[in-house]
Amino acid sequence: MNRIDNTFEKMKEKGEKALVGFVSAGDPGYEDSLAIVTAMCKAGLDILELGIPFSDPTADGPVIQRSSQRALKAGMNVSKALTMTQKIRGITDIPIILFSYYNPILAYGNAQFYKDALENGADGLLVVDLPTEESAEMTDEWAGSELSLVRLIAPTTPVNRMRMITQEASGFLYLISKTGVTGSDGIDTADIETHVKILRSVTALPICVGFGISTADHVKAVAAAADGIVIGSAFERTIEENLQHPDLPGLLEEKVRGFKAATRISP
Amino acid sequence: MYGIDALDQKQYPDQRGHFGPYGGRYVGETLMPALLELEEAYRKNIADPDFQKELHDLLRDYTGRPTPLFHAKTLSEKAGGAAIWLKREDLAHTGAHKINNTLGQTLMAKWMGKKKVIAETGAGQHGVATATTAALFGMECKVFMGTEDIERQAPNVRRMRLLGAEVVPVSSGTGTLKDAMNEAMRYWVGAVADTFYVIGSVAGPHPYPAMVRDFQRVIGDEARDQVQAFAGRLPDMLIACVGGGSNAMGLFYPFLNDPVEMVGVEAAGRGIETGKHAATLSAGTVGVLHGAKSYVLQDDEGQILEAHSISAGLDYPGVGPEHSQFKDFKRARYMSITDDQALEAFQTLSRLEGIIPALESSHALAQAMIEAGKMAPNKIIVVNLSGRGDKDMGIVGKHINLES
Repeated sequence: MNRIDNTFEKMKEKGEKALVGFVSAGDPGYEDSLAIVTAMCKAGLDILELGIPFSDPTADGPVIQRSSQRALKAGMNVSKALTMTQKIRGITDIPIILFSYYNPILAYGNAQFYKDALENGADGLLVVDLPTEESAEMTDEWAGSELSLVRLIAPTTPVNRMRMITQEASGFLYLISKTGVTGSDGIDTADIETHVKILRSVTALPICVGFGISTADHVKAVAAAADGIVIGSAFERTIEENLQHPDLPGLLEEKVRGFKAATRISP
Repeated sequence: MYGIDALDQKQYPDQRGHFGPYGGRYVGETLMPALLELEEAYRKNIADPDFQKELHDLLRDYTGRPTPLFHAKTLSEKAGGAAIWLKREDLAHTGAHKINNTLGQTLMAKWMGKKKVIAETGAGQHGVATATTAALFGMECKVFMGTEDIERQAPNVRRMRLLGAEVVPVSSGTGTLKDAMNEAMRYWVGAVADTFYVIGSVAGPHPYPAMVRDFQRVIGDEARDQVQAFAGRLPDMLIACVGGGSNAMGLFYPFLNDPVEMVGVEAAGRGIETGKHAATLSAGTVGVLHGAKSYVLQDDEGQILEAHSISAGLDYPGVGPEHSQFKDFKRARYMSITDDQALEAFQTLSRLEGIIPALESSHALAQAMIEAGKMAPNKIIVVNLSGRGDKDMGIVGKHINLES
């Protein structure tokens, strides 16, 4: 069984929901970023989404835009993100999902990316601006299907389209909680429950919900409906507001513990 | 009737919105349903005689079409060769070709029942055109504009506000057109339920490149009839500037199957060798930006580079996907003109013909004089004079002395 399936199996047994954490690789710098991710994994993160920064992130709000800029300025690129993946794989068994926009991956080369991502220990890939209609041009160049291509479902996605997307999906589904970019505040729990329910009617894959989830209360509310909760901007905000802090990894560790506790719901 | 062909009359784009290897829909899932809805509305409405008539009447009575085709005799003499004819899009309402597209798209929004429109703008011409047609149809309008462009195109910012639009300053990145488009896309993701995004060029995800082309082809359709009426034959060459490429595509497209040479002119800025330019087709590589695959200015790692041009409307590191296909098929030749050459042409046309061209169009004029000089006097060149230059007086005044 692969690491992603394994994780969701384990969650089920323990009566927990998966905490999925996003950070931009290389923010604020390579070593600091590695220390941050290490601390987050130790604190109980269940799945890591490692962002490979892009200069023009049109699906992201200001917080992740700035984190991408910091990472790019510090020299992050696809090869360094893959090296970092290998380092992280050395210290943890949790699934690592690489997260980016299509252009950096296209420039690196689709076939090469597939090979190197797997070799360095990645489990999945999410390409924000590569909808199902366009993704074949990438996966056709892949030498296999060991890397899960995580698919997005939006609140605007009609049910017949959900069906089409989930047919080709593996690993888990990323359900966007609301229309808007990442980091836009606040969630509508009832709305999320409705969308999770509709999505469950067409797929047996685990469903992780993200966008706008920034507090333990949000996590608790979403955990009641979903299989996993994705948090990105809230972590990046902590990084941004504490760039000079002597123990930035410690702060992130604390954040993860808080969110993780909120995912433990008794059935 | 101003001709707008239904989407499937030509081979490209294909059913999935691709122009060969280019184009497509590289956007987040949240926008996909909206793009599919737009495509359906576009196919349906464009084939509807009532839509066509409403658009046709507005193009005639509101925009002032057809715009004239003018034989620039003194300019032709100075160039010393072929006859240069100017397609006077500068005389269209709001002073540029942009209104052909915004009228079409705003009408499309109206037919789709949307009451809010958004747009990105560089030089401000597309922003003004969108604010104008939004005012005409009583729609709420937000225009995203880079802070750098707000400064260098101040008169257009005031025009947009006067027309009732909200100008949203964008300070991320370089504060130019690319960043304005990023921000417009971000806003659209959050407002997609009731908001129509009026994209200003033959760029962006499908169906925009095809739709904008079909709204702009009125330029070429008219020019084709006009030149035949004056000269009794087709022109030998078409020349237009290319930023995203809408005025060029509008002029070129109706001549697609004719034996007419097409020349697109990009901004070489301070010179392609300096790296400070916006010559995407001449010096870029294939990538994905703003929802489409096309040539882009990028580094080896797929990060988008800053573009540079004296002309805000050409200051863009991408280009419409159909131009990329034209380049590969060699259907059009893509050249580039520096800031200095454009400034020279700006003054030349003003002095010789009494027409102040937009800095964007000045790139096409500069190339036209070079091409005309190499051609026989019985040859005909049609240049798209895509806009008027009043908006550029501020920036031009910084480069040439207009005080004494």
